Order: sequence, then C-alpha cells, then structure tokens
Amino acid sequence: MLLEDGTYFEGEGAGASATATGEVVFTTGMVGYPESLTDPSYRGQILTFTYPLLGNYGVGDPQRRDAFGLPVSFESGSIQVRAAVLQNLTEPHHWASALSLPEWARRANVPILTGIDTRRLTAQLRTQGVLRGLVHVGDPLPSRSALARALSGAPRYEEEDLVAQVTPQRALVVPCGRRGAPLVAVVDCGCKVSLLRSLLTRGMDVLRLPANEPVPERYDGRRISGLLVGNGPGDPATLRGVVEAIREVRRRDLPTLGICLGQQLLGQAAGATTYKMKFGHRGQNKPVLFPDGRAYILSENHGYAVDPKSLEGTGLRAWAIDPDDGTLEGLRDPRGRVLSLQGHPEGGPGPREAGFVFDLFAGKVRRSA
Amino acid sequence: MTKAPPARPERVLLLGSGALKIGEAGEFDYSGSQCLKALTEEGIYAVVVNPNIATLQTDPPARGRTYFQPVTPEFVEPILESEKVDGILLSFGGQTALNCGVTLHRQGTLRRLNVRVLGTPVRGIEETEDRARFLTLMQRARVPVLKSHPVYSLAEAHRQARDLGFPVIVRVAYTLGGKGGGVARSPEELDRVAERGLRASPTHQILLERYVGSFKQIEYEVVRDRLGNGLTVCNMENVLGMRVHTGDNIVVAPSQTLNDEEYQLLRAAALRAADACGIVGECNIQFALDPRSQEYYAIEINARLSRSSALASKATGYPLAYVAAKLALGYTLPELKNRVTGVTTACFEPALDYVVVKHPRWDLEKFPRAGRELGPTMKSVGEVMGIGSTFPEALLKAVRMTDPRSELVPPVEVREPAAIREDLSHPTPQVLVHVLEALAAGIPPKTISELSWIDPWFVEQLREVQEICRVLGGMAPGSAPIPLLARGKRLGLSDRALARLLREDEEALRTRRVAAGLVPHIRMIDTLANEWPSRTNYLYLTYGADADEVGPSPAGSLLVLGSGPYRIGSSVEFDWSTMNLVDGLKAEGVPSVTVLNSNPETVSTDYDRSDRLYFEEITLERVRDVMDKEGFAGVVTSVGGQLPQNLTPLLAACGIPILGTASDSIDAAEDRQRFSSLLEKLGIPQPAWRAFTTVEEAERFCAEVGYPVLVRPSYVLSGAAMRVIPGRADLERFLSAAVRLSPEHPVVISKFLEGAFELDLDAVSDGEKVWVAALLEHVESAGVHSGDAILVLPPRRTSPRVHQQMVEYAEAMARALRIRGPFNVQFLAVNDEVYVIELNLRASRSLPFVTKATGVPVLREAARAMLGKGLTGQGLAPVPFGRWGVKAPQFSFFQVEGADPLLGVEMQSTGEVACFGPTFPDALVKALVATGVRFVPRGGQAFLSVGGPTLKERLLPAAQRLRALGFSLAATEDTAAYLEARGIRPVRVLFKIMEPEREPNLKTVLEKGELDLILNVPASFTQEKFERMLEDEYWLRRRSVELAIPLFTSLETFTAYVEGLSWLREHPLTVEPLYGSDLPGRTLSLNSPRSVDLNRADREASSQKRRGRTAGRSKERKGTPTSTSIRTRPSASASGSERRRSPRRAS
Repeated sequence: MLLEDGTYFEGEGAGASATATGEVVFTTGMVGYPESLTDPSYRGQILTFTYPLLGNYGVGDPQRRDAFGLPVSFESGSIQVRAAVLQNLTEPHHWASALSLPEWARRANVPILTGIDTRRLTAQLRTQGVLRGLVHVGDPLPSRSALARALSGAPRYEEEDLVAQVTPQRALVVPCGRRGAPLVAVVDCGCKVSLLRSLLTRGMDVLRLPANEPVPERYDGRRISGLLVGNGPGDPATLRGVVEAIREVRRRDLPTLGICLGQQLLGQAAGATTYKMKFGHRGQNKPVLFPDGRAYILSENHGYAVDPKSLEGTGLRAWAIDPDDGTLEGLRDPRGRVLSLQGHPEGGPGPREAGFVFDLFAGKVRRSA
Repeated sequence: MTKAPPARPERVLLLGSGALKIGEAGEFDYSGSQCLKALTEEGIYAVVVNPNIATLQTDPPARGRTYFQPVTPEFVEPILESEKVDGILLSFGGQTALNCGVTLHRQGTLRRLNVRVLGTPVRGIEETEDRARFLTLMQRARVPVLKSHPVYSLAEAHRQARDLGFPVIVRVAYTLGGKGGGVARSPEELDRVAERGLRASPTHQILLERYVGSFKQIEYEVVRDRLGNGLTVCNMENVLGMRVHTGDNIVVAPSQTLNDEEYQLLRAAALRAADACGIVGECNIQFALDPRSQEYYAIEINARLSRSSALASKATGYPLAYVAAKLALGYTLPELKNRVTGVTTACFEPALDYVVVKHPRWDLEKFPRAGRELGPTMKSVGEVMGIGSTFPEALLKAVRMTDPRSELVPPVEVREPAAIREDLSHPTPQVLVHVLEALAAGIPPKTISELSWIDPWFVEQLREVQEICRVLGGMAPGSAPIPLLARGKRLGLSDRALARLLREDEEALRTRRVAAGLVPHIRMIDTLANEWPSRTNYLYLTYGADADEVGPSPAGSLLVLGSGPYRIGSSVEFDWSTMNLVDGLKAEGVPSVTVLNSNPETVSTDYDRSDRLYFEEITLERVRDVMDKEGFAGVVTSVGGQLPQNLTPLLAACGIPILGTASDSIDAAEDRQRFSSLLEKLGIPQPAWRAFTTVEEAERFCAEVGYPVLVRPSYVLSGAAMRVIPGRADLERFLSAAVRLSPEHPVVISKFLEGAFELDLDAVSDGEKVWVAALLEHVESAGVHSGDAILVLPPRRTSPRVHQQMVEYAEAMARALRIRGPFNVQFLAVNDEVYVIELNLRASRSLPFVTKATGVPVLREAARAMLGKGLTGQGLAPVPFGRWGVKAPQFSFFQVEGADPLLGVEMQSTGEVACFGPTFPDALVKALVATGVRFVPRGGQAFLSVGGPTLKERLLPAAQRLRALGFSLAATEDTAAYLEARGIRPVRVLFKIMEPEREPNLKTVLEKGELDLILNVPASFTQEKFERMLEDEYWLRRRSVELAIPLFTSLETFTAYVEGLSWLREHPLTVEPLYGSDLPGRTLSLNSPRSVDLNRADREASSQKRRGRTAGRSKERKGTPTSTSIRTRPSASASGSERRRSPRRAS
C-alpha cells in the first residue's frame, strides 16, 4: 500500500489480486465488516479497520433475502470499498456464514491487505487527515515508483461521480407488505439496506428514486407522503442536481428525514454549506447529544459535515451535536417537519437506539398521508 | 428539559467488601478506590467501612474517616448515625456491601437516619436479586429469560423435563450454593439427579430449568445515568461457554464470534434491561446465546460493580467505577470527561484495537479433596489479563501470567484419544492444554468443539498454536528462519517455548531474534482505537506492531514490578505495597515511576496511579524487553510478593540494576544453607535442620532430633508441599511425594517445636539503621501457616525479653545482609528462647496491617532506603497506647466444594481482615465476625473433639469456661469421659459417624441443627486403621462449613473464640474509626462513642436461624454462609421497631 505522502506498507494479500486506488479512511467499529464493506457510502474509499481480527464469523449468504426482498446482513448488493486494509484475517466460523471474507472479496474483485499495523496507519490518518492511497495485491510486486505513478494518475475522490455508481438506474417501489401503507420517497444516493428496512418495518412503503431525478408528487397513482434523503458517497457540494431536486420538493412541506449525506444535502438545499472533515467520523461508538441532555450512541460514517456557522437564515437549527468535537450531528426546522441526523440510527453496523427518529418521522408521515 | 440534578450529598458512606474470598476478591479494592477518587474530587467527606486491612481504599483518606469494622447492618448503623452521613454507596463493595445496604434499607434504618442511597435505587437492586421479580421485570422489558419450574415429585420432574426437553438443570430450592443440584441429560440421569435433589431439599421442592450449558456466555457492561442515557462499555465472551462460571472462565473482550446482528441484539437487550432496573451507575448483564441461532436469554444482572466490570475497565481503559460513582452523585454521562483523552466525553463506547483475554488463576492443589472439574460454581482465586494483537498472543500471554512456569503448548506426550475426549467433556483448569493435545492427537476440531462446547472459532485459533509448535518442533536446532520465529512470536510463544521446541538455548535464541530486529513494540491503550490522541501511558507490548508508540522514560526513572495474579499466599496486600512504594518513590523525587503488572483486579493497574503502566507479564523475557526499550535506572522486585522477588537473581544476572536489597543478599536469605550459616555466624538460634536427598539419611536425622519434624522443599511461598510429620511411618509416605515435587531441590527437614509461640517482625532498613514497625504474635502456635493464623498486635503472651531478642536479631541480620528496603522475620519462642525460622527480604503479607496500626510508613522509608537515603527513624516503634489490633484470615472453604477446612502448614486462606479495639477480645470478636465467624454468646451446644491426651488436657480451660457461660457440651465417648473425669459435666456423648447404628449419633445431631459450635482438632497421626475415623472427621468439618456452624480446628483459635464469647457477655463492641482526616493524631479513644451489642444481635439471629438456613434463596449462587447470622437476614415476622437496634453507649 502506498499513500500519497509516500508512506509505504507491505503486508500479505488476500481477496482479489488487483490494484485499487481511493481515499484511505479508517473505521473503529469492532463488528459488522460485511455491513461496512457493502455500505455504498464507502464507495471510492479504501477502508482500514482498527480492530485487529477480521473475518471471524465469515460472510452471510449473499443470496439470502428478508421479507422485503432485501439482502440480509449486507447494506447493498456488493462490496463497495475499493480495498480493505486490516491486521489479521481469521478462519471463520458461524452458523450464518456462507463463505469466508477473503473468498467473498476475491469473487467481488476487491483486494485485501492484511498484516498491516493499522493502528500506526490510523495515527497517520488522524494527524495528517485522510490521504489518497493505492493497494496492490498480487505478484509480481510493482516498483514503488510505478505504484506512485498509478496513484497520481488515479482520479481524486472529490472528482469522481460516486453517487452515479451507486444510485438506482430507475425508480423502484419496495412495499412493506401492509395494506394502505403510506409511500415515502427516498432520494437514493446509495441508500443502505438497513435504512430502507427502518422505514419498511415501521409500515411505510418506499420509493427509491435515482439521485438526480425530481421527486414527483404522485407515483403510480399514489401520493407521496414523506421524503427520506439517505446516505451516499462523495462530496455533497458536488451534488448540485440532487440539491436542486430536494429544494424543489421542500416547497411541498413533506415530512422529511435526512440521514448522513441526506443531512448535508438538506442543509445545502436550505442554504447552508458543508465542509470536508480532517479524517471524518467512522465507527459505532459516537456520542450524539441532544439539547435535553439525552445522548445516544450512534453508528457514523461521514467525512463531510454541515458548517454550523452557515445555518443562520436557513430555517434549520442544530438539533444534535457531537460533544467531543462540536460537529453538527442533527438538524431540524422549528416545527420538526424536517429532521436529520448525521449518523446512522439504522445501525447496520452498530447501535440502533436512536431509531426513535424513524418513529418520529413515521408518525408525521402517517398524519400527512 | 433537563431534569434538575439531585442535591449533592456532603457526607457519604462507602461500604467495602471485606476480606478477599472466592467470588469476591481484589476487584473491589479497585472499585472502592476509584469511587473514593471521585468523591475526593467533589470534596465530599467519605466514610469508608471495610475491615480489609490490605486494601488501598482503607489507607488514610484525603477527607473522611476509615472504619475497620464488619460490613454488616449492626456495625454500619451506628456509623451512619455518628458520622451524620447523608448518602450511602452500596455498589462498590460486591455482594457483601449490597446485602448490607439492602438490609439497612429494609429495616428502615436509612429512612430513619435520612440517608439517601446514591446510584441505582434499592428497588432496582431488589429486582435483580429476587428471581421471581427479575423474571417479571425482564418480560416487561422484552428480554427473554429462562423460567424456573418448581416440582415436588419425581413424576412431576419427568413431566416437566419432557416439556422442557433434555438436558435440564435441576436446582435445589433453599439450599446454599446450589448444592444437590445438577444437570440431567436423559430421563435416567434425571431419576438420579432429581431424586437426590428432592431428598436434599428441606421443602421437597426442586426447580427445573432448561440447561443451556452449550450456549455462548456473553456479558455486557452497562453504564447509565439519571436521565436514562445508557451505553455498553464493553462486551465479553466466555470461551468455555455457559457451562463454566464466568469467574472460572477464559474470557475474551470484545466478543469474537458474534456478528453485528447478534452483538446489537444483546446490546439493545442489555440497555433495555438496565433501563427497566433503573440503573444509575453501572451494571453487568449476562446472556446465554444459542451458538446456532439468535435465540438468547438474560441469565442475570449484577446491579453493582463486579469482577467483570473491573476486567472491562482494564480491558478498555474506561474507568467504570469512577464513572459509576460520578453518575451516582448526579452527573450525566455527557457531563463527564474521558480521562484518557482529557477532552472527549465519557459518553461513548470504547473501541478496542487489540484483543484482551482474561484467564483465571486456580489454586486447587491447595485443596486436595476438592473436585477439579469446572462448572457453575467458581473456584478460582485470582485472574490475569493478556493483551495482544491476535487471540493466541493475548491468550498465551495470559497463561504465562497465571504462572510464569506455564506455557500453553501441546504436551510432549500425547495420550490416547479416548482419554483426551474424556477430559474435553469434563473441563478442568487444564482444558486448553487438552484441546491442544486433542489437536496433536489428530482429533478433528469439529469433534473437539462438540465435546468441549468451545466455539469452533476458538478451537481454530488454538489449532494455529498447535500448528506452529508442530512446525517448529520438526526443525533442526538453529535452522528456524526469522519469519517463522516471527510467526511464533505473533502467536504469543515465549522465547523459552520457542527454545524448547527448537531444542536451542533460550539465551542464544533471544540474542538471534533481537539481532534480527524481532522485538515486540509498545502500544497504547486509549479507549478510542487511536482516533484521538491519548494523554495517559497505559501500555502493552505486542509483536503485531511496527513501531513503539512512546519513547523511553526520562533518565533516572524506575520500574516497580507488581504482584501478578492474586492467589493463596499472595494477594491484595502486595498491590497495596506496590502502590505505597510507588507513592514513596514519587515523593522522594524520582522523575517517573512505571508499574508493570498483569492483574486486572488491582489498583496498581489503574493507568493514572503511576507515570506509566505496562499491563504485561512478570517474566524475565518481558521485563528484559521493557528494560531494553526504557533503560530504567533500577527495578524494584521486593514489593510485589514472591513472583517478582523470584526474578531478582535472573534480572541481576542480565545486568539489570535491582533497586533495594542486593540480589546476593536475597539469595543468602532464601537459600536455606546460606541462611543457616549466616545465623550461625551471627549467633542466632534456629531450629535444628538439615537437607536430605535420601530417605535413609532423613530418618536417621529425625530419630536424632525427635519427632515431630517439619518437612519442606526450598524456595517456596505459602508452604506448598510443606508438612508436619509426626512419626517415622508418615515420613516415608510423605517423602516420596515431596521429592517428586521438586527434584532440583533437596528436601529440608527441621525439628518442629511443639507448643511454641510464633511471632512476626516487620521492619525496614537502610543497611545501617533498622526501624522495626511492629512485633506480631500468632494466636495459633507453630504449625498453622502464618497466613492462616490470627495475628495480634502488640504481643500479649510473650515476654519483653523475647521481644528484645527479636529486635536485636533483626538488626543483626539487616546489617549483615545490608538490607535496603522492607523485610520480615518469622520467629518461634519457646520458654523465652527465640529461634529464627525465616527471613523475607521483601514486603510481607502483614505490612499493611502493621503500617496502619502503628503509623510507621514502612514503604515510604523503604523508598528512601532504596534511593540511598537514610531512614528517618529507628528502633522498635511504640504501639499506640490502648489499641489492640487483630488480623484474622478469611477462608473460602464453602465455595470450594469438598475442601477440607483443616488448618495446617499449607496456607489456605484467601484473604484477611483486621479490626482494632481497646482490648484484645473486642478487636478479636470484630475481626472474626468480619470474616464470617458466628458468635453465639447466648449459649448453645458445643461439640468438642480433640485427639490425644495432650490436646485434651489443653482443652480443659476452654471447656470449663464454656460450661460457665452456660453452654451444654457434647463429645465423642473418649473426650466425654476425659472431661467428666475432670469434673466438667455433664457431657452428652455423641457416637461416631462410623457407628451409624448407635444413637445419639453425631451425624444425626449435626444435621438436625442441634450443634452451635464445633471444635475438631484431629490427632496428629495417620495410621491406616484410623483412616476411617479421619474420614468421619473430614465429613464433620465439611458439613459444619456447609451448615455455617462455627468450626475450629486449632485449640488456640478456639480458646480465643471462647474468650471473645465471654467478653461479649459483659461488653458491647466498640465502633470507632482507626483514623480520619479530621481526627487529631491516630489514637483510639477508650471512651467509645458508639458500640454494638452482639448479644442482642445473636438473640435475634438465632430466633431466625432455622428460617435463615432455609430462606436464603435469593441468588443462592452469591450468598455464602461465610456471612454470619449476625448479618441478619431480613424477616417478615420481625417488625421494624423490634429489629431496630439503637446503639448503646459504653459506660
């Protein structure tokens, strides 16, 4: 592995023999690697795990589907990261395991670099900020200068249209199975399965819309009663079309929920600005503090955030913050019509006790349906 | 809206856990100490009640007072009153504190005195403690639980078992410790188990539960604040599953075999459960999870700090007890800071970037009769924690930490598969070795997992260890390439293990690997997987890292080696010594002091107590690794007990500077031959002794000096394999075993002086001056291990001449050996003649007692001496006038099924207490009560059984006194006749158990509960024909322990107990702090302002005795009858006013 600052790591290869470039980020989560690796928000990134043992419980059956027809224990249909960097792979064992992590990665043509001191790598990313990097697995090992050339020639994270790689090609309804369920439109920039499931299990049908498409008032004859702007990869500032679509639909005063990238897009649509964080928040142990003193542990995966100083005049106000570094972790409008969280109340992987925001949202959707 | 915080309490009482016992050990010194830190920060006046003298939490407080008193309601009530406390903390002192606090609440005492329970309300505690309420509560919280089904007959049991499906677990209602229960895997087994259970149950009721032994055992540590913010600090997985008690399990953090769904499923259930109980502070929740589905059950909740929470604190760096204390004071989680980063909040869940493995330390060889199979009852006495980048690295470290001589590698000789299979299905402390052996024998991992119920993932990890050992074992010496060695190192193999496998010299191997750059690197534990920079220096070494995260400590820095795991003979007192010396060195201006220790139950492994902390192995290899990096100016090996002490010569041989007494001097004291020559040179008497290698020589010597003799191998602690031998036949029989035990060392035989007084001396020296802190006299005469003896300060039965001699001898030895640091001498005194039997050039077990009782800062002075400065005092320190101190041992015989509670030269106690008072009996009674010895001052029936005419004669005074106190006496035929012949009558004759047809039989009478007091001193011979009688006596002792009847196996202890009984008739007991931040001086006033009348307590207790014995059902796994009946069990029949004991003023 070569980083843009010249740092070089050598380890053992697993998964696919391939070369991958991307933005190198780290997650501190200790479980949930199948979920993380398939999270579309990681698109375009090389994911480093700080937890030293990976692959312990294998990977579930990729063909398995839940009652809604969604994959089980995956956040999308395939591995989204460009490469995974970790310390040790272990021999898997679990009743729900269908194949091993390296075998899964091999089939998905994703290289895994193991035997790396990921704690040292993490320290570097923490102090220097995220870095671009290249992972190569396979013989023969190219020279360092060849790797450096390949890395410098690769597109930059901010320049890639990553959302286009993960958004659905056409609109698609996922029914929750209850009669008379309200229909919620999802601006799907690479929405996690768990996020969709969080709406479905609360009795809402979901309309997944390609990111750049305008949100219709009705779909297939059904009125749309709520809007979810979901997670996804990339720099929100580059997603002008999506922001425009959201601004348009906001005029309709639909109950709106933003999650992760969704919060950033809602913020931009309201006139706020976003910024790139030094190394982001990626883990399952993040505190999010609400004004009433209640705090929740949240799963997070974001490298951008809404600038709290830019909220003035947007009609949105801070709803939750990260007490550690003051990052804006939640937004709302005064009436609570618009709610958003920067983290992932749906878990997948991670805690789900902030799922109350889905309950709040579901209540509003039902009332407006 | 934020709920307004409750008013801040001003004076808070903290209940400690008392003496260390199996199931309740050093972890509560850690939790109490962290709690005190939190209270001190808040400027709160803290009143500590804890008789555990060896703890750091009972050191003189920054602001508050310390009471060395039993943690029982009758002793705590007057303290609550006189100290005018307004808050009480129940959750930092284990089950002892919790039980005491709940009783005080139920009695209405807390309400009457306006004392608020801080933290989790009593309602929540009760709901976790009462099985029926727990089940209801969990159902409300949508947390699945296993139901208990009461049945009253065999037929019913079969019906129920059919419904539940086999296997089922049978629990016997209303017996202590789950005795009589068991697992039934088939209807046939149920016949046997249920029949036995129904017979054992006084209510003829047994409880059937589905047996989930093959499930995974997963624990979560939850913190929750008053607003309901909750989080799980850590989860842990038990490698041996549900089958083995978590205290005896090998535990890994975080869980290794759970996927995200399972992890979150249990995590969410843990938070719901904590919510339902209204936890404010900390709790531990244990789940059983099906290894083949997501089916799970909550097994129990501990609404308090626990062994697991101490482990979780050390495993993550999250100071659970400190945070719990702050939450109890009304803080919320986001208001508290993460002490590692100093900037982030305590409201987060630690992310680990390493693996932690806890391994228990068993001492089952100390209990020859105890069963070795691991199961639902805890037997271990301590634990260690290995940290690594791989599971094997952490595990193999942990195994060496439990005992540096051990190594988790496949055995050299692999047995027949059938034998291995058998062992796998019946796990013992050796279970992981058996897994490796099974792998080496070619038993498929799947089969191993099926037999052992160890998850295949762990078996697979062990297979990696077995595989590398196999590969290395097949290499020619010197041919193993560095990458292969590196792999072995990453899997945790020590140099010694590698050298053995490769048949190479260990030192040469080390040189080769160091030259190749194959060295471990320093990593930091920072709670956040390096996401934030850390301010603390909580460190470990691993072969999984590329570089050191910290540079060397500043020049002139020192390393102090800690105690390692708590075990019989080396316990919390050595953590106390470690920290007191660290503080002493810091006070003397040492720039940086680093601690290295492996025990998660300690205060010394709190990363903010020293400048740096290495959570590491106390082995030569690891200390050298650390030294290579740090280059400390010196290493202290003399305050952590025998484990670090044993490293002294090895470290010195590597050129590592030892701080304190020179290694050669230590050898001169520990090598019997050298020590004996020294004594001769100094003209100091010693009991006649010699070393032998053949039985013939030994027999000649013994005949010459006369029996009894004491036989022991050299270089031992706590008398392993040491024994008093009464005659020739026994000598032959014993020697074979002892010689086999230690082939390198000859057997040492010394003349055993009967009826001698045994004394201890604790002192410190700078090589010139000697400051003797105290002389301690044993209540028991020689023959009872000093760790099991009751120690009295000041001595009361020996003469000033003896004391003078002791001091002179100690001074002579200190100067001869140029002792620089703490030391302890053991003496015998016979007819005013003083003999030296042992010199220990290290901090002793009795040092905390001595320091606290006399105020001589032995370790502060030791720090000066080690740094080459002179002592600030010398000579024999005076004992504060009018103060008696009594240190008493705590035994855990009840917990170890089958253990024989007979005292001897082998140490068996697991902990100790010390209490103080204006008279010897006052201090003695409190100390005994604090260790769970029940006093029966109102009288009752005493059964006396002593062997041999000498002992019988010595029994007479105590027997007479018992009669005078109104006790009725019972004895077997011989003893009864002897007593009656000397005018002590009547004595009821009870027939021996081996004559069951004769009534009244001892067995029947004992089982009926007619005996209140038992003395059994067996005759000291073991001829074959008496073996049946020995068996009887064993049964008697064992049964007494199980029935919680006061039992004595030493005549001296018994005599002292009777003295205590007699004192109680006339006097209430004093209740006074030993010291306080606001008390002038440290003297104990004779006018005790508060007192406890145990006569009254006993009357009430006895009226409940029968009920009590059968009614202690709530959480029987935890309640142990080491508690006395003075620790009154709340009873519905006793009304509040009747039960309220207003403390009497002493006149």
